[in-house]
Amino acid sequence: MAKSRVQTVLFGPVVDNNPITLQILGICSALAVSTSMKTAFVMGVSVMVVTAFSNAAVSAIRDYIPSSIRIIVQMVVIASLVIVVDQILKAYMFDISKQLSVFVGLIITNCIVMGRAEGFAMKNGVWISFVDGIGNGLGYALVLLFVGFFRELFGNGSLFGIEILPLDRNGGWYNPNGLMLLPPSAFFLIGMLIWAVRSFKPEQIEEA
Amino acid sequence: MQRRDTFWFTVGVAVVLCVVCSCAVSIAVVVLRPQQEMNKTLDRQRNILDATGLALGEFGRPAGELSSKEVADLYGWIDEKLVDLQTGEYTTDIDVAAYDSKAAAKIESQSVEIKNTEYNIGKLRREKIARVYFVKRPDSGKIQQIVLPVYGQGLWSTLYGYLAVKSDLSTVQGLTFYEHAETPGLGGEVDNPAWKSQWEGRQIYGPDGEPKAEVFKGTAPKDNPYAVDGLSGATITSRGVTNLIRYWASDDGYGIYLDKLKQELTSEPKTSGEK
Repeated sequence: MAKSRVQTVLFGPVVDNNPITLQILGICSALAVSTSMKTAFVMGVSVMVVTAFSNAAVSAIRDYIPSSIRIIVQMVVIASLVIVVDQILKAYMFDISKQLSVFVGLIITNCIVMGRAEGFAMKNGVWISFVDGIGNGLGYALVLLFVGFFRELFGNGSLFGIEILPLDRNGGWYNPNGLMLLPPSAFFLIGMLIWAVRSFKPEQIEEA
Repeated sequence: MQRRDTFWFTVGVAVVLCVVCSCAVSIAVVVLRPQQEMNKTLDRQRNILDATGLALGEFGRPAGELSSKEVADLYGWIDEKLVDLQTGEYTTDIDVAAYDSKAAAKIESQSVEIKNTEYNIGKLRREKIARVYFVKRPDSGKIQQIVLPVYGQGLWSTLYGYLAVKSDLSTVQGLTFYEHAETPGLGGEVDNPAWKSQWEGRQIYGPDGEPKAEVFKGTAPKDNPYAVDGLSGATITSRGVTNLIRYWASDDGYGIYLDKLKQELTSEPKTSGEK
């Protein structure tokens, strides 16, 4: 029983209850950092770490949080964690942190983190909240990677920085699609992904 | 009313939480700072080495792939000096290593207003004193190249970079940007090695001494010694690069200093090994 709870909490947000495709949360950063797989991957992992630990921390002190200041308490916990993550990236993954620039800091405003702290961690135990954070981070990261895959492949002819389609400007044959590198393409891709997911899982369709 | 909702308990929780969180953040910042500073210096040095082409020339790899020791070794060839751009004289009363030109550009007493120049770099002020880098081979001691920090507005962001110039002070050795936020794949192609390599051998100054280097719109004609190909889909970034090179090469930028340096270099007693 306990095991199956962990499994639903962990894998539920990947498809069935994905924060981006079902709840349409965290779209802003999904547009900004999904131009390449590498940044999408690091961003996904960062969000996963922040969601997991903020969930665990909020859950650990949930019985002491006065309800009048609970949102701000969650905010402070999340903001502190994000700053720590940002500092670690700057120290050990300098190149990527340069590319992610302000978007690591903006994890603070990512609705997924806040939403899980308020919606799940305030009512559940530390361990299961931690797992829930990992699961939601995973759901976010997978969508980011999905979008990043198409954007990097068709916009830059590469995956994780490794050339797949030789670009014409470097003497190859592939003429890259510049639109893929601009934010609108992420909208189209996420839209198509949501359409695909809901075609397979009609129960996700909201009533009009 | 529950105990945790009383006034003093709420205040207590807020205070404790703030103290704990600020401690955690401070510790992370303090512990990680040396590593971050190292990264920044290394990154700056790598970019300078890339602009000079030394990394490719000596190791056959771009500076991004060199180990920190190799970077430190190569960087030993490079000397830093501070120059007063108004007079073109060296300044010795400021510590070279500690001087931060980006910060100086924002301080009123250390910067000057940029007045209607021909070449718009999208800034209102620039620093009075700039850092320049000399590349000398350890065996000859002759100045081979000089590297000038340059910056200017692109489409979304200010492009910060280094322009390496050969010892004739007009031929470009290389141009790299170490900080910008242009659109990846469009303006962001200023980082493309194939595009950057076109800069080598371009002339900055025309016969009349005016800065002529430019990013052409479209494919640059073969017989034009000043132009490199435009970045497709990035007209504004391309124009920004043209403007920033011309601005910093003009008398408002390094022009006065470069004239002085040229006299110095040519009047120097001829030593062996000079071409």
